[in-house]
Amino acid sequence: MIIIVNLGCTAAWWLARSPSSIIKGLSVWIRTNRVAGSCAVRVLFFFNLAHAHFILKMAAVQGGLVDANEEKDIKSEPANDTWANNNANDGRLPSASPGASAAAGAPEDQQTLLAVLQFLRKNKLTESVEILRREAGLPEDSLESKGADSSGAGSGGAAAAAGEDQPDVNVVLSAYSQQGDPVLYPVYYSGLKRFIETVLDCHRAELSQVFYPLFVHMYLELVYNNHESEAKAFFEKFCGDQECYYGDDLRILSSLSKREHMRGNETLLDFRTSKFVLRISRDSYQLLKRHLQERQNNQIWNIIQEHLYIDIFDGIPRSKGQIDAMSGSLAGEAKREANKAKVYYGLLKEPEIELPLDDEDEEAENEEGKPKKKKPKKDSMGSKSKKQDPNAPAQTRIPLPELKDSDKLDKIMYMKEATKKIRLGPDNLPSICFYSFLNAYQGLTAVDFTDDSSLIAGGFADSTVRVWSVTPKKLRKVKSAADLNLIDKESDDVLERIMDEKTASESKILHGHSGPVYGISFSPDRNYLLSSSEDGTIRLWSLLTFTCLVGYKGHNYPVWDTQFSPHGYYFISGGHDRVARLWATDHYQPLRMFSGHLADITCTRFHPNSNYVATGSSDRTIRLWDVLNGNCVRIFTGHKGPIHTLAFSPNGKFLASGATDGRVLLWDIGHGLMIGELKGHTDTVYSLRFSRDGEILASGSMDNTVRLWDATKAFDDLETDDFTAATGHIHLQDNSQELLLGTYMTKSTPVIHLHFTRRNLLLAAGAYNP
Amino acid sequence: MAEERRQKQCSVVLPTESMKAMAESVGVGQLHEESCVALSEEVSYRIKEIAQDALKFMHHGKRRKLTTSDIDNALKLKNVEPLYGFQSQEFIPFRFASGGGRELHFYEEREVDLSDIINTPLPRVPLDVSLKAHWLSIEGVQPSIPENPPPAPKEQQKAESTEPLKVVKPGQEEDATIQGKSQGATAADGKGKEKGLIRLKPRSTHELSVEQQLYYKEITEACVGSCEAKRAEALQSIATDPGLYQMLPRFSTFISEGVRVNVVQNNLALLIYLMRMVKALMDNPTLYLEKYLHELIPAVVTCIVSKQLCLRPDVDNHWALRDFAARLMAQSCKTFSTTTNNIQSRITKTFTKSWLDDKTQWTTRYGCIAGLAELGPDVIKTLILPRLAVEGARIKAVTEGPVVSNIDKIGADHVQSLLLKHCASVIAKIRPQPDNVEQYRTDFGYLGPMLCSHVMKARTQAALQAQQVNRTTLTITQPRPTLSVSQSGLSGSTGPRTPSIIKVPSSLTLMSPRPGTPSQPSPPATKYIVMATSAGAASTQQVITLSSSQSASPVTSTVPSASSTLQPLVKLESSSGPGLTGSRPMQKYIVVSLPSSASSSLEPKSSVLSTSFSSTPLEAGLKIEQSESPGVSTQSPH
Repeated sequence: MIIIVNLGCTAAWWLARSPSSIIKGLSVWIRTNRVAGSCAVRVLFFFNLAHAHFILKMAAVQGGLVDANEEKDIKSEPANDTWANNNANDGRLPSASPGASAAAGAPEDQQTLLAVLQFLRKNKLTESVEILRREAGLPEDSLESKGADSSGAGSGGAAAAAGEDQPDVNVVLSAYSQQGDPVLYPVYYSGLKRFIETVLDCHRAELSQVFYPLFVHMYLELVYNNHESEAKAFFEKFCGDQECYYGDDLRILSSLSKREHMRGNETLLDFRTSKFVLRISRDSYQLLKRHLQERQNNQIWNIIQEHLYIDIFDGIPRSKGQIDAMSGSLAGEAKREANKAKVYYGLLKEPEIELPLDDEDEEAENEEGKPKKKKPKKDSMGSKSKKQDPNAPAQTRIPLPELKDSDKLDKIMYMKEATKKIRLGPDNLPSICFYSFLNAYQGLTAVDFTDDSSLIAGGFADSTVRVWSVTPKKLRKVKSAADLNLIDKESDDVLERIMDEKTASESKILHGHSGPVYGISFSPDRNYLLSSSEDGTIRLWSLLTFTCLVGYKGHNYPVWDTQFSPHGYYFISGGHDRVARLWATDHYQPLRMFSGHLADITCTRFHPNSNYVATGSSDRTIRLWDVLNGNCVRIFTGHKGPIHTLAFSPNGKFLASGATDGRVLLWDIGHGLMIGELKGHTDTVYSLRFSRDGEILASGSMDNTVRLWDATKAFDDLETDDFTAATGHIHLQDNSQELLLGTYMTKSTPVIHLHFTRRNLLLAAGAYNP
Repeated sequence: MAEERRQKQCSVVLPTESMKAMAESVGVGQLHEESCVALSEEVSYRIKEIAQDALKFMHHGKRRKLTTSDIDNALKLKNVEPLYGFQSQEFIPFRFASGGGRELHFYEEREVDLSDIINTPLPRVPLDVSLKAHWLSIEGVQPSIPENPPPAPKEQQKAESTEPLKVVKPGQEEDATIQGKSQGATAADGKGKEKGLIRLKPRSTHELSVEQQLYYKEITEACVGSCEAKRAEALQSIATDPGLYQMLPRFSTFISEGVRVNVVQNNLALLIYLMRMVKALMDNPTLYLEKYLHELIPAVVTCIVSKQLCLRPDVDNHWALRDFAARLMAQSCKTFSTTTNNIQSRITKTFTKSWLDDKTQWTTRYGCIAGLAELGPDVIKTLILPRLAVEGARIKAVTEGPVVSNIDKIGADHVQSLLLKHCASVIAKIRPQPDNVEQYRTDFGYLGPMLCSHVMKARTQAALQAQQVNRTTLTITQPRPTLSVSQSGLSGSTGPRTPSIIKVPSSLTLMSPRPGTPSQPSPPATKYIVMATSAGAASTQQVITLSSSQSASPVTSTVPSASSTLQPLVKLESSSGPGLTGSRPMQKYIVVSLPSSASSSLEPKSSVLSTSFSSTPLEAGLKIEQSESPGVSTQSPH
């Protein structure tokens, strides 16, 4: 057991030191406690191997090396079913991910193992070495000799593990060393350009996609081979041809003008390590292939072969508009397979809670007509919850915390409020109440409301978190321990008695972070508050004592966002280290790590059924992750700028996302397709929220406006068939103007948070910016 | 274009000279050219990298401006120690230096004396963050409250009024409705919606919502009502509220009709109230008033030049109203005059024409001159100065000639002081020293000697207090006057006077008790208007105080204004209420005498301490209020 902990720490340590961790499909379930004794050895072995892989990965990344083959191996490895079954039989709750078990069931990957051993030895983890070797059944001497071999040959992971930074970058970049005459590069490129310009219209748009990745790789090749002036000339000649939405990347690229710059440049590593994905119809592809072969244009052909992934589909080529809608991300479009997995987007069954029928309040308020109305409503609600949604995940797919009495009370309150909810629609727009933060010279960076809209919390750039009560009920601390002893614990109002009346105030300040607070989230039961900060930590605050309870460390780089699961207990965080982590409040280490994004994770959001997590990133993609096994089940591309906000529709079917490009995109999770584009904002969209029934989508932006969109209409007009889903022939209507229901300007306040109360009143918040 | 810019981006590199300079600053003397080039490329690249990371922090900080803390955070990200203590008060803290053929920009690091920091008083603690809620929208309609931006920005109001006809395509109709819905304006349904291109006047809505109607009612009632506090609030609302655009036509009509009726009724108080409304409207930055000038300007001009503005022209201070309206007129000329509407020249012509007319009454004459004088020194120079001699003769005829009528005398007197007041400063500027009385007499006739003394005084004051030059001239660059019709407590705003700049209040008049007219909203109580045009007042603002005796004004001396045949007017008022000076009870000493013959009495009597008091040689029913404040000695006239 000690070793496991040891390894866990090592992993964390490595992760901490690796800014560009590119680990795909590998998530680690670290459970240092509660390991069933019967399978201890097995688990031990598993952990060792899983960690070994993990560490290796990290090490490789650290040195800048990710071997594509190896990566593929891990991914393509069939899951070790028997093991997984065993695991399930042991009665352990969601256990190791397939990715990890795959690694465990890869005995042939001896070289990897050796590399891991070597790495461990290098870090003086002799005990771990012993155990791992024993379990893997490797003789001691073989390790010695083979390890030496592999490191000497500089092949495989061993070199990465053993080597320092210096040679590894070269390994990454080595592909660029094969080259032609630098003077000919522009000729090649313009040759291809001429060809594509003369090709039939229907193919031109598709083939034009090739330009950008080709351009980038050719430029990098030139730079790598020290043809600085040629590279500059090449860049200047052709950068104007690239699509405007690649401007940001081109700017980064333009600053790269020396081979030395390439080391440690994240953007470059992204280009190199991830293949740029293009989706091209078979006809167009054949055309391109024939052309290149006829011309014997090996230079370009090589690049296409090595750095591009061309996803060929059968069918008619897509139009320019269709392509533009989907492209724009750092690594091209998502592969079609990436969005094939089944997603259980349905909602979980609500727990059965008897609504107290004889409610005095209601009776007193209501006139005669009302009670009649109420009854059928309740029936319908009951019947709805009885029926199991076919798209919903199993109730116990993810272990969720049991409902406490107070939660049940809250649910009842919620249902009561819900009956008073205003039905919104295009003719019945919500009222908007705007909370302006005045005198926020420190800079307001994050805001959250509780679900019942009773509390509002703000995170500030001066590292503080402030909590306000927006109801007459003031914020009170719990009495001190000595005073608590004096309380009669049997009394009915014990919950009221434990509060210290002397501390009542409208707002409280929470000190603890040492950097700007970028993310903030209330727990559903309103007892906790999460905040994530530039200092790399996530803190859990108690709203009873107004003190910090836990500091979750792991990210080591700024944590841009964090959010509680709708059912509490779990939370998700994502930050500059490109890894999203799933945590449970009672574990100081993450339960899952979701890695795959090529740039900072800028926003994180839980699916309403808590089984999935969506993350938006600066690489301009959105990924949906399965909490159960850590797999990435959806990749959405189409934004042209870093994504800053996400919102799930209340029915769990749709996702809305907002980015710095000012556009709001709508996604169908089930089909994995873009289904709408809402244009109107002129600056970054920082907040999105669906109304409680999902009829209205509200968006708040840096351009000082709140806009309301007709979500019902946007989702109704859908016709999705399997063909569209398969090829990505999406038909986006340009109907933003029709869907826009209202625009509300503030005086000078960027809108950074939106929230619908349970009665469908829209709350907005932002800092007044005089 | 974009391509060009991008190319530029590509090649921006720090100059090698900078590298050299920096190397020297850290003690590296000789740096090879090659090293400089290599260094500058490397440094440029790193700076770009850091800037890109800093941008990330800016985005997450939800700001549009990159701050130094963003840079610090970006440096931290790269494991580089941030720059501690870099802060500057200035926007660009760099200094420029050149010499030896080199040009440098450097950051000046001053030595800081710690004792200075310790001894400087602490700055005020900044206000704490607070939360304020307001309605951004109520059921889809944005309410017009100060927290929200004005529903129709000034540009839009202008566009609507200056482009009366625009081509409306059927497609645009839709946009307009959407816009209308989002703006909260209940756009009328497209009646004229027909196929093809139609020239349509854009619909402007004139229906007021129930709330707006209530607001309008409240505001107009408060503006002309009796409660001064309410009026101040209402005027404040008119001057600041962003959502009055819809109500502007009503306000405009209210004012113009109000002036029409009240001029006939000679209701001075109401005219004053209405003029204050005009001022409030003009002060509101969100309103596009140009559309309503045709109603407002005649109303204002009426208040300047009307023959009679009050029931008792001999005692009521309608002069103040004329002055105030003249300033409003000047302001609107300044703001609204364009080459197309030519307001200023048209107004000038009107004034000049009636001034030149011999039959014009003194009141109108006064208004014309005031209106012209307010338009600025240039107008005074070209239009008023050449006529001083003629006007002087006319005044002389009234004041020294056979007794015609009391009203004329008062009028002539006012005109005289007005001319002196306005012309002195202009003359002081354009006429070379020395000031010779005889010379003045030949140049300006009857008014010459007085003018001369005024000019001399203006000069000495200008010399004494450079910054107060404008104050002595009183009108030209005087701060906007406020006509405050207030309870007596406020009247103390004339403030404590210092002897050095004492000047005789040129026009102090009282409104003696008068019966309440039907239209007068206030109860039939004693009304006093005290006007002090004292230059010595700290705020050099003319204050007209209309105090009702019903209110708690403690001491009010009644003036036997009507009793004296020569009608010297003296008004003393003192209130010990919580005036502007705080704990000390306010004192006001206002003594006015308007003797018919003694023009010299208008000469300043600087010997009078802290009271603007001109003693008259004639018999006068003067009463002087006893001073309650210890610093001021009691004065007795005889």
